[in-house]
Amino acid sequence: MKRILPVVLAVFLLAGCSPLIEQKDTITIWHWMTDRQDAFTRLAQQYEQKTGVKVRFELYAPSDIYSRKIVAAAQARALPDIFGILGEKKRLALFVESGFVADLTDEFEKNDALWEKSFFEKALNVNRFEPDNAYKVKPGIYGVPLDVTNIQMLYNEELFVKAGIKEPPETFDQFLENIAVLNRLGIDGFVSGWGENWMIDCFSSIYALNIMGEEKVMATYRGEVSYTDEDWIKVLSLFKTMRDHKALVPGIVTKGNKYAEQDFALGRAAFAFNGSWCVNVYDKMNPALQYKVMLPPRVDPDVPMQIWGGAGSSFVVNQTAGNRQRIIDFLKWLTGKEQQVFLSQETKNLPSNREALSEIPDVLLQFAKAMDITTHPSLWPYNESPLVTEAFCKGIQAIIIGEATPEKVATDVQRLKEREMKRERQ
Amino acid sequence: MAVSNYKWIRVVQSVFSHVFLIFVALTCLFPLLWMLRSSLMTNETIFIDKALIPQTLHFNNFYLAWTQGKFGVYFLNSIIYTASAVFAIIVIASLAAYAFSRLQFPGKNFFFYLFLAAMMIPLPGSFVPLVVLMNKLHLANTRIGYILCMINVGLSLSIYILKTFFDKMPSALEDAARIDGCSKLGIWFHVALPLARPAIAVVVIFNTLNIWNEYILATLLLNHEHLMPLQRGLMVYQGAYSVDYPMLMAGLSITAAPVVLVYLFMQKHIIKGLSEGATAG
Amino acid sequence: MRVASVKNPSAVNIKDLFGNYLFILPAVLIFSLFYVYPFFEIFYLSLYEWNGISTTRHFIGLGNFFEIMQDKVWWMSVWHAAYITLIALTFQNALAFALALSCDRDIRMRRFYRFVFYLPPVLSEVVVGLIWRWILSASMQGGEPVGLLNYFLTKAHLYHLMRDWLSDPRTALTSIAIVHSWKGFGWGFIILLAGLQTIDRQLYEAARVDGASSLSILKNITIPMMVPVFIMVMILTILGSMQVFVLVLSMVGQGLVYHTEVPVTRILDSMIGTSRFGYACAQGIVFGGILVVGSFILHKFSKKVRQE
Repeated sequence: MKRILPVVLAVFLLAGCSPLIEQKDTITIWHWMTDRQDAFTRLAQQYEQKTGVKVRFELYAPSDIYSRKIVAAAQARALPDIFGILGEKKRLALFVESGFVADLTDEFEKNDALWEKSFFEKALNVNRFEPDNAYKVKPGIYGVPLDVTNIQMLYNEELFVKAGIKEPPETFDQFLENIAVLNRLGIDGFVSGWGENWMIDCFSSIYALNIMGEEKVMATYRGEVSYTDEDWIKVLSLFKTMRDHKALVPGIVTKGNKYAEQDFALGRAAFAFNGSWCVNVYDKMNPALQYKVMLPPRVDPDVPMQIWGGAGSSFVVNQTAGNRQRIIDFLKWLTGKEQQVFLSQETKNLPSNREALSEIPDVLLQFAKAMDITTHPSLWPYNESPLVTEAFCKGIQAIIIGEATPEKVATDVQRLKEREMKRERQ
Repeated sequence: MAVSNYKWIRVVQSVFSHVFLIFVALTCLFPLLWMLRSSLMTNETIFIDKALIPQTLHFNNFYLAWTQGKFGVYFLNSIIYTASAVFAIIVIASLAAYAFSRLQFPGKNFFFYLFLAAMMIPLPGSFVPLVVLMNKLHLANTRIGYILCMINVGLSLSIYILKTFFDKMPSALEDAARIDGCSKLGIWFHVALPLARPAIAVVVIFNTLNIWNEYILATLLLNHEHLMPLQRGLMVYQGAYSVDYPMLMAGLSITAAPVVLVYLFMQKHIIKGLSEGATAG
Repeated sequence: MRVASVKNPSAVNIKDLFGNYLFILPAVLIFSLFYVYPFFEIFYLSLYEWNGISTTRHFIGLGNFFEIMQDKVWWMSVWHAAYITLIALTFQNALAFALALSCDRDIRMRRFYRFVFYLPPVLSEVVVGLIWRWILSASMQGGEPVGLLNYFLTKAHLYHLMRDWLSDPRTALTSIAIVHSWKGFGWGFIILLAGLQTIDRQLYEAARVDGASSLSILKNITIPMMVPVFIMVMILTILGSMQVFVLVLSMVGQGLVYHTEVPVTRILDSMIGTSRFGYACAQGIVFGGILVVGSFILHKFSKKVRQE
C-alpha cells in the first residue's frame, strides 16, 4: 500500500497539471446565486443549441467568499466575462472607476432604448449613475438587472383568526394593539432577521423616510442634519416602543434571516418582516402556511409608506473581455421575456423584465404590485458610510436588549459620523 | 477489612468516572444522531417532527446528494487533495522537524522560530497576494496549485507537533543506528519515523480534517466545477436565501464519514505506539 | 537535542552541514513562496488606505496602526477572544485531560469513548450551531419553551434562571465559549492521549510496586512527563480559540451588538463589509503580534515551570 500510494498520487497530480484547454469563445459567468444555478445551466444549454455559443455559469458560495473571489480576481486581472458585484453602490462605483466594468449605456439606448424599456425602472436605476453623482463616476448604466425584490411585512392568517384580528394593521398604533391581543393569547408578535445588520438597516431606513422624508434623510447622510435630531430619536424610539410592548420575539437580535424565516414558517410569530424571496423559503419549509403580504404599518398616517426594493441581483460586463457584442447578445437574451418567465417560475423570484409579470405565480404578484413604491439606498444620491450604518444598527440592537437609550445611541452614532466626515475631508 | 474498603472505593470511583464518561459521550453522540436522522427527512418535517427516528425514511436524499448534488465528483477531488497534501506534509514536516530536533546547523533556531511565528500569525488578507501569485505562476485553477497551498497551510503546525514529540523521544535507538553506519536520512526513515508513529497519527488526523474541511482557498483558486472539493457541495445546499436542510444533512453525513474513518484507522497507531513502546522499553 | 549537544561541534564538516540543510529545504521553499511572500505583501498593504479594489492606493504610513490603537471595538473583540481562550484553557483542557487519562487506563468501552470524543471536532459548525441554538433557544411555542435548556429549567421550577441565553449580554459570550470548548476538547484529547501513550508503562509498574497511590503517580510521574505536551496543547488552544469565528457566526449571526465580536469577524468586516482592506491588513498584523506575544509569554512561563 505504501508503495502504491505515491504512484497513484503522481498520476493524479499529472492529470491535474495538464493545462486546461480554455475555449476562447466560451462566455464565462461568475455568480453566487445557489438557488439559480440549475435554472441558469439549463438556459445556457438552450442558448448553445440556439446559437452555438457556449456559456458557462460558475457558482461560488457563500456570498462573502464570492465577494472575496471577485476582489482577488480583480487584483490578479483574472475577472470573467460577466460577474456580479455584491454590497452597496459604492463598491460598484469602485469597480467602475478602476476600469473593471464596462459602460453599457449605448447598448441600453440602442433602437429607441428598446432594451432599457423592458426593465422595471427602479431595477435598472440601481446600476445607473446620474450626472454629477456623489461617487464621481461617469454617468451611465453599468449593470443588467436579473430580477427584482422588495421587502415588506407578512402576517400569518391562522394566528390572525385565532386572535380575532380581521384586517392587517395600517398604522403603527394599530400594529401595537394587534400585538397586545396576540400576546394575551401567548402568541409572539413580530420576527425578522435582526441578527443581520442590513435587515435592521432596511427596517429603520424605511421608517426614517416615513417620519422625516427623503430630503432630511439625505441631509443627514451629507452631514447637515445631526443624528441627535428629534426625528432620528423618533426612529430609534420605535425599537424601544416595540421592546416595551413585547412585540419582538425573544432572541431577535441574534437571529439570522434563515432562523427568522423558520420561526414564521412554523407559526411562532404572527408578523414577519422579510423580502420577496421568502415565498420560496416558506413554501419549502411549510407548504401549508397561510400568510399574506402587507405594507409595514405607517408611523405618520399622512405619509404613504415606501419600502426597500429594486434589483435583486445584477450582472456587469468585464471591461477587458473580448468580443463584447457576443456577451451583450447573451445578456439581452437572458433578460428577454421567455427566459425571465422561466427563471421566475423555476426560482420564484420576481423577474426584472416587466413583460414577464403576466405569467408569474400569484403570491409573487402581491409583492410585484408594490414595486412602484420601492426605494433603495442604491437609488439615493447619497449613501451613509458603512461604518456609521453598522454603528447605527448595532445601536438599535442595544436598544432592543435594553442596554442603551435612543438618545445615547444617537449621540454615539453622531460622534462616529463626525469622525468619519473629518477623515473623508482629509 | 482494609482490602474490602479499598475495593469499595475503587467501585465508587469507577462508577463515577463511567457516569461522567457516558454523559460526555452522549453530548458528543447526540448531534451526530440528529444529523443522521435529519438527513432522512424532508424539509417540511425536519423541524416539526420531534421523534428521534422519523416515520418514513428518505434514503433518497443520499442518492440525490451523490448524483444531483455532484457529491460523487467532489468526493473524488477531496480525496485527491487531502491524500496528496497530507502525504506531502508528513514527509516535508517530519524531515524539517527531525532536523530541528536532532541535527545541528547555523540558523536552526531562526528557521524554527520562523515556522512557529507563521503558525501563530494568521493572514486573513493573504488571499489577494496569493491569488495574484498563483495566476502569475499559472497555477490558478489547477489541482497542483491548490495542493501546494494546502501543504503550506498544514506545514508549520505539523513541524511544531512533530518536533515536540521528537524532542520527547529517547535517542538511544538512533545512536545505535548511527554506530551501525546508517545515514542520517536512513535514521530518519527507519528509526525516527516508526518511533514517532503516535505523533504522525496525530498530525495525519489534524491535517486530514483541516484540508477536508477547507473551502475558502478552494473557492478562490479553483474555477471549474470538476476540480471542486466536497465543501463546495455543502455550501450550495446552504444557499443565500433558503437552506435545504435534509440534503445539507445528507451531504454533511457523507462528508463526515471519511474523516471519522481516517480517525478510527489512525487512532489505532496512537494506541499501538503504547503497547510496542511498552514491550520495547 | 541531547545527541547533538554530546557531539563536538567542530566535527560537523561542510558536507554534513549541507546535508542538514537539505532536511529543511522543502519546507523552507514552500513556506517562502506561500507564506513569507504574502506576509510582506500584507505588511506593505497595511501602510495604505486602500479599499481592496481601486488601482490607486493612498500611502498613510502607520496611520492604520494608530487608528487600531484607538479602535475600542477592536480591543473589545480581542478581549472577547481572550475570554473564550481563558475558558478553553481551563475548562476545555481540564476536560480533555480527564478524559484522556480515563481512556489511557484499562477501562471498559474505551474504544467507544475514543471514537465518540473525536466527533465534535469532526462535526460541521452548521450542525453544531443548529443544535446549540436549539438547546439555548428562548423561543416559545404553545406556552412551552422550545429551547431544551429553558425547558428543563421550567420542569425543575427554576424560572428565575431562564433567560435568552444567546441574546443576553451577560450569558452570550460564555455560552459561545462553552460550546467552543465542547467542540474543541476532542483535539486536546487526542494529543494528550498520544502523549500519555509515550510514557513508559514500566515507570507506573515500578511506582505501584513501591506502593504509590494513583494520585501520587499522577503527580510525580504522569504530569511531569507530560509538561511539553501540555505546553503544546495550551499553545494550540490559544491559537485555535483566539481565531474562533465560524462558530460565532453560526451561533449569533453578525453578533449581539458588539458583545460577541472577535478579532477575525472584525478583520473580515473591514476587508469586505466596510471596504477597508489596508486597515484589515493592519488589524491582521496586530492580531498576529498579539498571538506571538501571548505564546511567547506562555513559552517563557513553561520554561520556568520545567526548571523548577
